[in-house]
Amino acid sequence: MRRLAPLGALAVLSALAGCGGGGEPQLTVFAASSLREPLGDYAETFAGAEVRSSFAGSDTLAAQIRQGAGPDVFAAADNADPAELHRESLVGKPVPFAANQLVIAVPKGSEIDSIEDLTEPGTSVLIGDPSVPVGSYTREALSRLPASERRAILANVRSEEPEVSAVVAKLAGGAADAGFVYVTDVEAAAGELRTVPLPASLRPEIAYAAAVVSGSGERQLAQRYLDGLLEGEGETALRRAGFLPPP
Amino acid sequence: MRRRSIFGLVALIATLVVLAFLVIPIVAIFTNSSPVRLIEALGEQSSRDALWLSLRATLIAVAVIVVLGTPAAYLLAMREFRGRALVLTAIELPLVVPPAVAGIALLASFGPQGILGAAVADLGIELVFQTAGVIVALVFVASPFFLRQAIAAFAAVDTRQLEAARTLGAGPFRSFLTVAVPSARSGLGSGLALAWGRALGEFGATLMFAGSLQAVTQTAPLAIFAEFNSPGGFVGALALSAVLIAISAALLISVKLVGGERALDAGAQP
Repeated sequence: MRRLAPLGALAVLSALAGCGGGGEPQLTVFAASSLREPLGDYAETFAGAEVRSSFAGSDTLAAQIRQGAGPDVFAAADNADPAELHRESLVGKPVPFAANQLVIAVPKGSEIDSIEDLTEPGTSVLIGDPSVPVGSYTREALSRLPASERRAILANVRSEEPEVSAVVAKLAGGAADAGFVYVTDVEAAAGELRTVPLPASLRPEIAYAAAVVSGSGERQLAQRYLDGLLEGEGETALRRAGFLPPP
Repeated sequence: MRRRSIFGLVALIATLVVLAFLVIPIVAIFTNSSPVRLIEALGEQSSRDALWLSLRATLIAVAVIVVLGTPAAYLLAMREFRGRALVLTAIELPLVVPPAVAGIALLASFGPQGILGAAVADLGIELVFQTAGVIVALVFVASPFFLRQAIAAFAAVDTRQLEAARTLGAGPFRSFLTVAVPSARSGLGSGLALAWGRALGEFGATLMFAGSLQAVTQTAPLAIFAEFNSPGGFVGALALSAVLIAISAALLISVKLVGGERALDAGAQP
């Protein structure tokens, strides 16, 4: 009997590993960290599957998919990351499903109210890492500024964060004076942060695109999830969080 | 007899599985890409900045840990006082606290809105988004590794030798320096190496507390993450990882050579 004990332990382990598989199929969604709120809501209302979402920088998620991670859906804060994965045949054709706006976020009570204020020496500014979408949008916006202003703002950059939610968290914690984030992030943190809009001439076009991952074992479900982002409960959740219709 | 041989076989298989599981990922870092490409990837300015920053920040952190930690460990090892067990537990807590918790804890204490944030700012010290903040994070997460080993090493020092030094006229500081430290040296050395290794690998607390900016706060582990995130950056991430592994291995080996075989075991059993 005693010799069977390890077998029993193995059986328990494998049961644990396989748990959660009761009934509903699972759908794994990799999504940009700015989508945390709407896609978290959508996951709860999505019928017919248990949705598990992993939120991180779109670039991190793309790198994970490239290294063999196998989600069913990839929803990015840009078109570039899924389009690149599509070229590598790792995901299906990306579908734009929402638009967003780049803004300056400042802590409530801050006196900053224009992008020029960020050129003041000593102002601490946070931006995204160049590889994460919010970081590349920020650099696109800054590139449209006169060179002297751009240099002054870049000299005030104190940290390049790996995802937009890290910029928001540090601003909310009062660690910096301003940061470049999406307007939806400020709405989600409305108690702590305030928006300073960018002049229209600086605003980059921001389209979020999603795709079904090629290796998905639940392609029909994944497609239905994608459709729901364009029309249905996903779309409703996106609008509620302040995302705009796709361009 | 039969049972024993079955156990021997099981133990052998377990050992092989453990070895393979621990060694394969390390080997993969070096063999996943060609050495030429790894060395090329290290030529990037951001990689060199990260390694240089990691070297500077960890050296300063380890120096702070050793200078403050050695006398503290000596006192804690030699004195009996009420609440000693509590103090020892408090010292070891950062050892098991998740790095993300360490980051939050540092922000809550020394951050701009932390309980000591205003006091730190009044002293004219800037930590968040500064190299100094990186060092604070490293000291916080790595010092228990040194303290734990150092306390165990001092506790194992023969008190009769210390008494002999005293009777010969040595003051407390002199007997600490000439008797206690030399006899505890292998434990101190291994504690130093473990603390240094932990500091080199620090990621979460640094990112949360100090941020990530090239040449200021982006240490090698943060640069590895940034490289991993960039398209085509996997080789760069591998190259930096290879350097960190080589440094860590060198640390371990040098301690074993200096302190003898038992250096890393001393203090492992408190």
